[in-house]
Amino acid sequence: MSQDEEARLSVPVTKSDHSSGGDAARVTLLEYGDYQCPFCGQAYPLVKAIQRQMGSSLRFVFRNFPLTNAHPFAEAAAEAAEAAASQGRFWEMHDLLYENQANLGPQLLVEAASSLKLDAKLFLGDLKARKYKERVRRDFMGGVRSGVNGTPGFFVNDVRFDGSWASGELAETLAALARD
Amino acid sequence: MKICDFSAGFTKRPLVALDSAQRGQVSMKAPEFHLASTPDQKVALSDFLGRPVVLVFYPADWSPVCSDQLSLYTELHEEFATYDAEVMGISVDGIWSHLAFAHERKYHLPLLSDFEPKGATAKAYGVYRETDGFSERALFVIDREGIIRWRYVSPVGVNPGADGILRALEALPAKATNS
Repeated sequence: MSQDEEARLSVPVTKSDHSSGGDAARVTLLEYGDYQCPFCGQAYPLVKAIQRQMGSSLRFVFRNFPLTNAHPFAEAAAEAAEAAASQGRFWEMHDLLYENQANLGPQLLVEAASSLKLDAKLFLGDLKARKYKERVRRDFMGGVRSGVNGTPGFFVNDVRFDGSWASGELAETLAALARD
Repeated sequence: MKICDFSAGFTKRPLVALDSAQRGQVSMKAPEFHLASTPDQKVALSDFLGRPVVLVFYPADWSPVCSDQLSLYTELHEEFATYDAEVMGISVDGIWSHLAFAHERKYHLPLLSDFEPKGATAKAYGVYRETDGFSERALFVIDREGIIRWRYVSPVGVNPGADGILRALEALPAKATNS
């Protein structure tokens, strides 16, 4: 429980969010995540499996929630994913960062940009200029206001999911909503 | 599994029963305390008269939820500063544990030691768990005049987040301008 009886998403999903899957889907799963958080790393393949299973009946949205004092590289990784998004490659970068979480660091960002064939000069310039710092902070504060109390912080159709994501409960909750 | 699952080892019992007057918005004088913030410094609540104070009671240093919770509050340093609020953690751990814990986790908030007499401050605020020997996971927002304006007791294994604290700070009257 948060400090509300029921924690609800305080910032609605809009076009500026990173969204994958069916735009008209009845079920939206939103994650507040941190690229350096090991629990988010563990949740990553589970979310992928849910997406594969549910197809277009699910919309998945990712927002940044880097806890920078605990995870010193989380902020740079979040800004890098936003920089990739400006070149149309958000999800590819998001996936690469989680799939290579053990090697998260400046070198990984350079390699990821190269393997995604990003405009390297633009990408590195954006990172150096901290162009997406405010965007990341906006995501973070929206999460705080919505009662995010740890990462990964999941919301199912705007209500915080307080169950267990690792046990299959999240998948079952989503599937049940899609069937209704 | 979730980062904030941390219920093992705690006595299973319902939350401290809060009557409606104690839950959420309240209005009572905050009990004074004098607690060590370093091996040779003590902090009193009255030191902060004129500024809002947020007290974060937590069960123990080094426990996963506490850590996550205090990381979140460290991350919100700038937001709390906009309310001129002082945010302080309190547990029954000794000051040396606090120092090592804050150093290791890079926390930027004072951790006060409610060590001797053990839990006296937690008891004064009504959030001590006698059977466990540590405090509830409880939040208090105290206004500039030292009056408790909001309190929240979370299940001990659940990180209460920061949304309620921010709303309570927003609800405090703006600082009176003295000419």
